[in-house]
Amino acid sequence: MHPALSVILFTSASGGGYAMLALLGLFGASGVLAPDPLSGWIAFLWSLGMVTFGLVSSTLHLSHPERAWRAVSQWRTSWLSREGVLALFTFLPAGLYAIGWLFLGEIWRWAGALLSLSAIATICATAMIYASLKPIRAWNSLWTLPGYLAMGLASGALWFTLWAELMPAPQKPAYDFAAIGLLAAAFIKLFYWRLLDAGAHAATAESATGLGHLGKVRLLAAPHTEENYLLKEMGFRIARKHARKLRRIALLAGFLLPLAAVLAALATPHVGDLVLLVLAVVLNAIGTIAERWLFFAEAKHTVMLYYGAERA
Amino acid sequence: MTALPAHPSDRKLGLVIDLDICVGCHACAVSCKEWNTGGHMAPLTDYEAWGDSPSGVWFNRIHSFEAGEGANGRTVHFPKSCLHCEQPACVTVCPTGASFKRAEDGIVLVNEDLCIGCKLCSWACPYGAREFDEDVGVMKKCTLCIDRIYNDKLEEVDRVPACVATCPVGARHFGDLGDPNSEVSKLVQERAGYDLMPELGYKPVNKYLPPRTGRTHTGCTGAPATPLQESPAESTGNRLLRWLDQALSR
Repeated sequence: MHPALSVILFTSASGGGYAMLALLGLFGASGVLAPDPLSGWIAFLWSLGMVTFGLVSSTLHLSHPERAWRAVSQWRTSWLSREGVLALFTFLPAGLYAIGWLFLGEIWRWAGALLSLSAIATICATAMIYASLKPIRAWNSLWTLPGYLAMGLASGALWFTLWAELMPAPQKPAYDFAAIGLLAAAFIKLFYWRLLDAGAHAATAESATGLGHLGKVRLLAAPHTEENYLLKEMGFRIARKHARKLRRIALLAGFLLPLAAVLAALATPHVGDLVLLVLAVVLNAIGTIAERWLFFAEAKHTVMLYYGAERA
Repeated sequence: MTALPAHPSDRKLGLVIDLDICVGCHACAVSCKEWNTGGHMAPLTDYEAWGDSPSGVWFNRIHSFEAGEGANGRTVHFPKSCLHCEQPACVTVCPTGASFKRAEDGIVLVNEDLCIGCKLCSWACPYGAREFDEDVGVMKKCTLCIDRIYNDKLEEVDRVPACVATCPVGARHFGDLGDPNSEVSKLVQERAGYDLMPELGYKPVNKYLPPRTGRTHTGCTGAPATPLQESPAESTGNRLLRWLDQALSR
């Protein structure tokens, strides 16, 4: 599948943003946050900024952004529509929570809880857009939803920990969430890649053509000499030869090195914590973008069975 | 609405494509392009039409496959267009309601005025039936020539999709696959017509008729249709040739 830069940025930035909002809500709901205005401003600007950047980036992916508002109408059947509805809805508890915190000096626990739930639901809806597509076996798997949740948590919790390190907020549990997110993301991605390497596929050239009873099916002549939309969008192959290296970058930079930094910061409190955390955040961003690129580039679509693929 | 019709009629208009007859001439693809570039989803935009790398939007593409090995192998020409599925995920994933399946005849269409160009429907279609128009910024697809089949300005004989009207060998059939007594349904019944990628559960309405079993003997002469062997010289009756063969073989 063609990795569109706008979609990679959207899912990476908003995934972390929603996870950070979820943690802000969760910590507030459990009553461990103090309504300090400065820390509140920074937290909301950061998380909502990431979320908004992601949403704007994803509408730029559209050919008719002026009609984007129509996308909230089909929530009964479409995960993309549900994602739109949930993404917009999340601004409501986020706004209420922020009003209480920033202007009235109160942490409204109920708003925090609602914010946390709707932010998590939004990440789930994003994941389900991909997980529900049967023609793309890699995505249509059990690992897609936990993958998006864990990777969102890894990024969001790292940002949240950095924020907690700088602001008057409880740090230990923030570190714990970051470590859990990073570890979970690493494991889930390893299982996901194992699924791909095991040759999981949705269909074969034989079932796509129905000619399997004659024997092995292979393409003799393509329908057209030049690339068409289908080949550009669904037949993307450029990055596949770098897949191994990119997987290593994603695993090391995205999850394992940040995890080591987080554990090092936990083991040696107050010694270079900030440097380690900034390093972890930067590495995680690089690894997340590499992973998201791979998520698209490695995913095979069944339409390629009509263009010479044996399995997809 | 991208929800599928709650009360679909029994009519399921679609195509039956005979892979035994198709000769891979691409006339149906060209005729489709010609009609539809002025039809319901017009235009079928071309890019660099006179340039080095021309491409464009087509609703019908002819793939050619080889299946099996050696004398038992077959070349099969394989036209592919929208299958107007009964469970079209391309419709249900659409966030705006631009994609829809008609209750009255099951045709899957795109309302271009509602399409935001997110391309998700093309990802959801396992068959590659939808092609994006970069110029207009909307998704386009086969309409089953909705502007021909219901067009009373045309002679009745022409009220079939352009691909069916043009096929020079009669490999394409159009009709109501929801009616078990229709010509197309009978054809599917007789020839064991089948679905593409049935394991994905999209339930395509269009059906494909398999190539008939190949003959290994030509009909009129009874001569074996096996490839010629290099004829061994020792079997020849000519003494001179036999001697030459032995002399040269030494």
